[in-house]
Amino acid sequence: MSHILWIKNGRVIDPANQRDAVGDIFAVEGKIVDSISDTQKADATLVDAAGLVVAPGLVDIHVHFRDPGQTHKEDIRSGTEAAAAGGFTSVVCMPNTSPVCDNAGTIQRIMDKVEREAVVHVYPTGCLTIKMKGEQLAPTGQLKKAGVIAMTDDGACVQSNEIMRRAVEYAKMFDLPIMDHCQDASLTEGAVMNEGEWSLRLGLQGWPKAAEDIIVARNVILAELTGAHIHMQHISSATSVDILRRAIDRGATVSGEASPHHIEFTDADLRDYDTVFKMNPPLRTDADRESLIEGLIDGTLACIATDHAPHSPTEKDREFDAAPFGTSALANPLASSRPTLYHGKRLRLSEVRALLTHKGAEICKLDAGTLSTGAPADICLFDPDEEWTVDANKFFSKSRNCPWHGKILKGVVKSTYVDGQQVFDGQSITA
Amino acid sequence: MSQSLSWNRKDLIDVEPFSRDEIETIFTTATAFKKAMEADNMKQPYLNGRTVVNLFLEPSTRTRLAFEVAASRLSADTITVTGGASSLSKGETLRDTARNMEALKADIIIMRHSASGAPNYLSKVVDIPVINAGDGAHSHPTQALLDAFTLLEKFGSLDGKRITILGDILFSRVARSNIICLQKLGAKVTIAGPSTLVPKAFEAMGVTVSHKLQPALEGADAVMLLRIQHERQTATHFPSIGEYTSSFGLNKERAAWLKPGAIIMHPGPINRGVEIDSELADSDQSVILQQVTNGIVVRMAILHLCSCAYHKQTVELPA
Repeated sequence: MSHILWIKNGRVIDPANQRDAVGDIFAVEGKIVDSISDTQKADATLVDAAGLVVAPGLVDIHVHFRDPGQTHKEDIRSGTEAAAAGGFTSVVCMPNTSPVCDNAGTIQRIMDKVEREAVVHVYPTGCLTIKMKGEQLAPTGQLKKAGVIAMTDDGACVQSNEIMRRAVEYAKMFDLPIMDHCQDASLTEGAVMNEGEWSLRLGLQGWPKAAEDIIVARNVILAELTGAHIHMQHISSATSVDILRRAIDRGATVSGEASPHHIEFTDADLRDYDTVFKMNPPLRTDADRESLIEGLIDGTLACIATDHAPHSPTEKDREFDAAPFGTSALANPLASSRPTLYHGKRLRLSEVRALLTHKGAEICKLDAGTLSTGAPADICLFDPDEEWTVDANKFFSKSRNCPWHGKILKGVVKSTYVDGQQVFDGQSITA
Repeated sequence: MSQSLSWNRKDLIDVEPFSRDEIETIFTTATAFKKAMEADNMKQPYLNGRTVVNLFLEPSTRTRLAFEVAASRLSADTITVTGGASSLSKGETLRDTARNMEALKADIIIMRHSASGAPNYLSKVVDIPVINAGDGAHSHPTQALLDAFTLLEKFGSLDGKRITILGDILFSRVARSNIICLQKLGAKVTIAGPSTLVPKAFEAMGVTVSHKLQPALEGADAVMLLRIQHERQTATHFPSIGEYTSSFGLNKERAAWLKPGAIIMHPGPINRGVEIDSELADSDQSVILQQVTNGIVVRMAILHLCSCAYHKQTVELPA
């Protein structure tokens, strides 16, 4: 029996198609269609979306699901449940699992588990180098055959310029984008927070912005040398935004992303040594925050990606120096990105949506993030006006390390559909 | 005649939240203990029956001994636990270690820890008073208080006094706490040393930053030297100990730049011939050993005040 979905009377926001109007969305067999017949209407699952925004399911090109190997922090099931509850329908997983994704077998293992347990689309990435050591290229062709959609040594930025040059040149042959966590390790040894007034006050070892800027600049140069597409992950520094802006103006094949926490918080939030604010790259200053927002507005930064980095509560319940980096960020970035971007009247709702849907999908060439005819019926129903208090203890994620915990946000995900099937109903996972 | 004082803080984590009045209350208390000590009235009854735990997770001699002496002068039972002997070396978390000490009916925890912010964390984990005996590069409040107490003994008031802190400021908790404490008491603070160890960004804390020794020392009422290390942490920050000494080591010739009557301080341990000329360390200008003695009475004051606050008792002082 064919499955037919009819979402009626919602405010349809589909930024990729410049659509923002009240209307209906139809899906047959998991794909968006323009219209359905009266017979199909009689058989359809009818959803009244009056008063709600109907938009493409969100796309996050930067998450850590810790599976395999670190499933006490997160696994494919809990991670995708958290994603669905946050309105996400497609996520791109980083390869720093145990073992790392430097071989086709590990990718196959992930794909098998995704097939069995995931409630949203999961796209794996492969390591640029063996064991993410930055010394020897990983088998890119085999990884691509196994299903990876991008290459990255996320979290272990390749330090050797020669290896990076060859890695991006090689990945380009397979038409795979390279995603890079830009960090010069020699400048960040022992560092735990942004270098500046607050690191001096708190006596915590500073992490200069230069550590990011140097690698961003290097990557621009290597992109121009090789023509490979290098995407800069979670940009945190104003200087990096500037380097990227100039490079993009010149036509360099580079792009960048910003994370919700970097556009919302600053290093001053670390004043109580609260480890939920410990992340890599670290929270920067207000001026950097402002530059990231400018970068998102003018397109220098193509998309928002969460860098969802779950850790178990025990791991974060430590002295600041000893706690791991990372923040649990999937709960609702649509709401958490809104205070600065939308309620601050910086961007229209559809533009914020674009940053969280098709813009990221385009970087990774995913069939996701739009309500175009024939696209997967991945849909997020969202009440833009309802307020809610973030309670990390109620997350579907195994992690609780969320800097928005306790904050009141505006905008609630009411329902999430993947391939035309509801996976989250506003309260529970239904898949 | 016994005085009584009001005090309502059970923890001492950092000097930052303290008002000038509160700092002066600590000094009033310390002065009373010092007078009693000088009158050979060594033992005070205020912590009789209380157990004070010295949780020293990083090596320390002076501070640990001073706290042990202070606690025993207040009639407390003291237990000292050091890094290697603690369950932390067996993988226990700081939370569990501290909760166990509380369950063992410790009344006060004094902690030295290599991680900045560890006592902030500890004070959220346990209910009993937490005294910071130095955390990472963050804070060493009792050292700053005893330094200020020593300066006040010499000068009476610190209003408008010029104090220069010289050495490795970047990694120094002593420097940070002194910057905050001395400024609260009205002093003008200059920090000096190599540019890599004395970043300009410290100006945000209200200090003058100098990378030239002569202007930093000229007209100063006191110079506070910090130990210079050339270990892993600072290996890339300056070329060598010899180079440091040649540019920033305090010797007789350079000490002459100070204001006449200026004093020389050092929290210890000193490296003779590195940051300070050996003769200067032993000269009349040096108050290095007075600092150590004052460390006892200032820490007695802290332990007494915080214990009173925790038990909601009026603060009594020796007659």
